[in-house]
Amino acid sequence: MPPADVTFLEAIAVTGLKQREPVREVDMNIHEYQAKAVLREFGVPVARGVPVFSADEAANAARELGGPVWVVKSQIHAGGRGKGRFKEAGAGDKGGVRVVTSADAVVENVAQMLGKTLVTHQTGPDGKVVNRLYIEDGSDIANELYLSLLVDRETSRVAFVASTEGGMDIEAVAEETPEKIVTFSVDPATGFMPHHGRTLAKALGLAGDTAKQVAKLGATLFKAFNQKDMSLLEINPLVVTGDDQVICLDAKVGFDSNAMYRHPDIAELRDETEEDDKEIEASKFDLSYIALDGTIGCMVNGAGLAMATMDIIKLYGEEPANFLDVGGGATTEKVTAAFKIITSDPNVKGILVNIFGGIMRCDVIAEGVVTAIKDVGLQVPLVVRLEGTNVQKGKQILSESGLNVIPADDLDDAAQKIVAAVKEAE
Amino acid sequence: MSILIDKDTRVIVQGLTGKTGTFHTEQALGYHGTQMVAGVTPGKGGSTWTGTLPDGSSASLPVYDTVMEARQETGANASVVYVPPPFAGDSIAEAIACEIELIVAITEGIPVSDMVKVKRALSGSGSRLIGPNCPGVLTPEECKIGIMPGNIFSKGSVGIVSRSGTLTYEAVFQTTNEGMGQTTAVGIGGDPVKGTEFIDVLEMFLADKATQSIIMIGEIGGSAEEDAARFLADEAKKGRSKPTAGFIAGRTAPPGRRMGHAGAIIAGGKGGAEDKIEAMKSAGIAVADSPAGLGSTLKRLLS
Repeated sequence: MPPADVTFLEAIAVTGLKQREPVREVDMNIHEYQAKAVLREFGVPVARGVPVFSADEAANAARELGGPVWVVKSQIHAGGRGKGRFKEAGAGDKGGVRVVTSADAVVENVAQMLGKTLVTHQTGPDGKVVNRLYIEDGSDIANELYLSLLVDRETSRVAFVASTEGGMDIEAVAEETPEKIVTFSVDPATGFMPHHGRTLAKALGLAGDTAKQVAKLGATLFKAFNQKDMSLLEINPLVVTGDDQVICLDAKVGFDSNAMYRHPDIAELRDETEEDDKEIEASKFDLSYIALDGTIGCMVNGAGLAMATMDIIKLYGEEPANFLDVGGGATTEKVTAAFKIITSDPNVKGILVNIFGGIMRCDVIAEGVVTAIKDVGLQVPLVVRLEGTNVQKGKQILSESGLNVIPADDLDDAAQKIVAAVKEAE
Repeated sequence: MSILIDKDTRVIVQGLTGKTGTFHTEQALGYHGTQMVAGVTPGKGGSTWTGTLPDGSSASLPVYDTVMEARQETGANASVVYVPPPFAGDSIAEAIACEIELIVAITEGIPVSDMVKVKRALSGSGSRLIGPNCPGVLTPEECKIGIMPGNIFSKGSVGIVSRSGTLTYEAVFQTTNEGMGQTTAVGIGGDPVKGTEFIDVLEMFLADKATQSIIMIGEIGGSAEEDAARFLADEAKKGRSKPTAGFIAGRTAPPGRRMGHAGAIIAGGKGGAEDKIEAMKSAGIAVADSPAGLGSTLKRLLS
C-alpha cells in the first residue's frame, strides 16, 4: 500500500475537500439527494430516498419508503449537518440529520426543520436556510469508512483517498492519524484497473465479498467522476451494513464549472438559493466575484493582480469589499455589469479599478466604466489605474468623459489615492 | 541569451482566425518582427489570414487545416494556442502529436479532465507546454508569444516567472522602470494541472548566462512555491544561485474561497500565503510586502 503522505493534504488544498467557509466557488456544487441520483444512474449503491420541499410531501415520502427506520436529512451546500444546530428554537435542539422510527416523527421533524437556519462548522455563523430535506431508508450500519476522488495537482491525475476512519472529520484524521489514510492516483491511459480495486479494498480493511463490492464501486465511481467532469466526489461515510452490503450513506459532489457546457443535465441541478445574489449576477456575465467585508470595491483583470490589489489595500490600512476579476477578453457590457455589481454593495465607500491590459484592452475597460457611471451614477471616489495594451486610448476616453475619475500612475499610487480618498470621506 | 524563445523561434498560431488570435498575432508581428509563420484553423486550410499591424501596415499568413501541414510547410518549432476552451485540449494534444517543441496555451477555462489527458500525453514526448490559462512567454526585442503587452519590456538581466498573468506585467513594468530589464518573462498559468512548473523555469534561468537575477511571483493554493523554494535552496548548496526576489498574492484572501484561478485557494490549512512566504524567505528569496515593491526589492538585493 502506498503510504499516506503529503499528497493527501495537497489534494485537499487543490479541491477544498474540507471547507471552512460555505462552498461557493468555481466549482458547481449540488445537494446530497441530487448527487445520489446522479450516482444511482451509474449503478452506485445508495439507500432509497425521497426529496421533499414541503411538510405536506413528508407523509407520502414516509409511507412510500415504509420504514421502520427513516433518516430525515437537511439539504444544504455544507458539511457537518449532523452535528450542526438550528438557530430557531422551533426547529428542536437536535442536529440537521435525524433518525426517527415512525412516519409521524418524519412529518414532525420535516415541519420543524423546513425554512429554519442550520449552522454547521462549514456554514459560518450566519448558517444556511433549509429549503429541502431528504427522507431516506435507515441503514443497519456495521462499519463506517471514508472514500473520495479528486484531481490531484501533484500527479495531475484523478486520485483516490481512502480511510477506515469513516463518518468523521477527515481532516482531523489526516492530522492525528495520517497512517490511516491511503491515497493513490490512476493513470488516465489505463483507467481504473483490477489492481486499483484490490488496493482500495485493502486500504478500507475489507476482505471477501465486501472487498469485491468495493473494488466494483471504485471502478464505477471513477467512471462517473470522469464522465460527468466532477472535481470532487466524497463518500463519507461509506458503510458496510449488518448483512455485508456496501452502501454510500452520504455523497458530496462538485463539478468542474468549466466543463458544464457539455453536461446540461448537471447544470440544471444548480440551486441558486445557496449562492450570494451578487455572485449569481456576476456569474451571468462570466465575472469572477467574491463578496468580502471591507469598504473598497475593486475591479481588476487577472486573479493574481486582483488578489495583490486586495493585499495592497490592506497594506495601506483599509479592507477590500470584494474580489473581482473581469478576466481576459472582457466586453464593454461585462465591465459595465461588473461596475454595477460593485456599486450595488452598500458597504462600498470607494472604488479602485486596476487594469494591466494584456488580453484585456484598456480602452474597453474605460468605455465600460464610463457607460456604467452614466447609467448608475457615481456616489463614491473612483480611482482608475490603467496600464498595458491600448493604454493611451483608455486614458483619453476617461479624461474626455468629464467624469470625476481620479487617475493613478501605478499600483502603489492607486492604492494610496483610494485609501486617502475613502479616509477623507469618513 | 534568453530562455525558451529567441529571434529564431518560428511560431504557428492555433486559432489564428478568431478575434483573440488575430489581435494578438498582429501585436506579435508588430513586436520586433516576431516570426509568426502560419495559422491553423480546421476547415479553413488553404485560405490566407490578413491582419493590420500596430503601425498600420498589413500582413498575411497562410492558414492550414492541421498542425502537421503547418509545421512541414513552415518549419515552425513553436505553437501558441488561442482555441476556445472546449477544443483547446485537443489542439494542444495535436501539437504534442506533431512534436512541436514549445507549445504555449493561452486559453482560459479548459476542463480539468481534458488537461489530465494532455498532461499524460506530454510525458515522454518531445514537447514542452507552457500554460494553459497563462499570458505566454516574451524575450525582449526578439520574440513575443502570447498576450503580454510588449511596450513595457526592455532588454536586460532579470528572469521573471509567475503563476499570475497580470502580476507578471507588474514585475516587467517595475524592472523596466528600475532600469534592469528582462532576459525572458514566463507566465506559467494559474490552473492546477499545467505543463510547466516554477522549478522547470527556475532551472532554465539558473542555467542562462544572461540572466543575472530572478523574480518569482506565486499565489495562494497548492505547494508549487514551497517546492520551488526547496529547489533553489538545494541548488544554492551546490553553488548555483542567483539573487531572487519574490511575491505571493492572496495574503488577505479568506480561507476556503477560490480566488478566480482554479488553483488559488487556501483550504485545510494548506496553501496559505504566510507558509509560502516563510518557505521562500528561508531559501534566501527577498519577498516583497507589496506587489508594487517587486522591482525595488530586487534592486535593493543587487546593490
